[in-house]
Amino acid sequence: MLDLVGAFLLLAGTVFLLLGGLGLVRMPDLFTRIQAGTKATTLGTLLSLGGIACLRPDWALKLAVIGLFVLFTNPLSSQVLARAAHRIGTAKAPETAIDRLAEDKGEA
Amino acid sequence: MDRARGVILLFASLLVFWLVLSGTAASDVVLVGIAAAAVIAMAFAGNLSFLAEFRATPSAVVAAFLYVGYFAKELVKANLAVARIVTSPALPLNPGFVKVRTRLKSRVGRALLANSITLTPGTLTVEMEGEWLYIHWVSVESPEVEAATAAIVAGFEHYLEAMYG
Repeated sequence: MLDLVGAFLLLAGTVFLLLGGLGLVRMPDLFTRIQAGTKATTLGTLLSLGGIACLRPDWALKLAVIGLFVLFTNPLSSQVLARAAHRIGTAKAPETAIDRLAEDKGEA
Repeated sequence: MDRARGVILLFASLLVFWLVLSGTAASDVVLVGIAAAAVIAMAFAGNLSFLAEFRATPSAVVAAFLYVGYFAKELVKANLAVARIVTSPALPLNPGFVKVRTRLKSRVGRALLANSITLTPGTLTVEMEGEWLYIHWVSVESPEVEAATAAIVAGFEHYLEAMYG
């Protein structure tokens, strides 16, 4: 039973990771790519870790710690990358409707 | 007093991490962990830790649990939203950078808010300046500060305010 749950969680996790990869290819600019990358990989990784925890219950505690580190570091690195990209003026997708940050910095 | 509390909390959380990762209770391993955690806790007590500014009251603890549940729900919603955008042939995007304001005063509270926003529906924190956050939004619903704040910040802020103030 636990094996089945674990296998299902692993499958769901890899589906989200696949969608994240698809997002990286399809999204038009760096910022939207980071969005696809951050979210899909966070849930995908957490589901995969949960799946492994079901298959190997003796690893569960360590896997939980890894999940915690992913939750704390993943958004942080995405945010810093996005900030650096915006500061050096990385090209934004032409659809970008509004940029309050550039306005407030007097660049718009 | 605040410094002592910071040292003790950091020491305790580091030691727990050490014990979990080493996965043994052998006395030499535990002693090395205690020594290392003590040195690091003394050296970095002034730095931010997510426990440092936590209000240790019952309502704050309840809010912390509700926050984790709310966060998990939002994380799943965010992934489904991104999945829908990525798999639809038209790629329905309306990206933009909006400005929102937070009522949170605590540094840790603000940091957690920014991280939570990054992990949830189509929003990514790009820059923080005091109470102002600049958010990249995949599908901008409203460019106005008030409406964007209500849509992006209010949900998390409600819990984080009870936890950190």
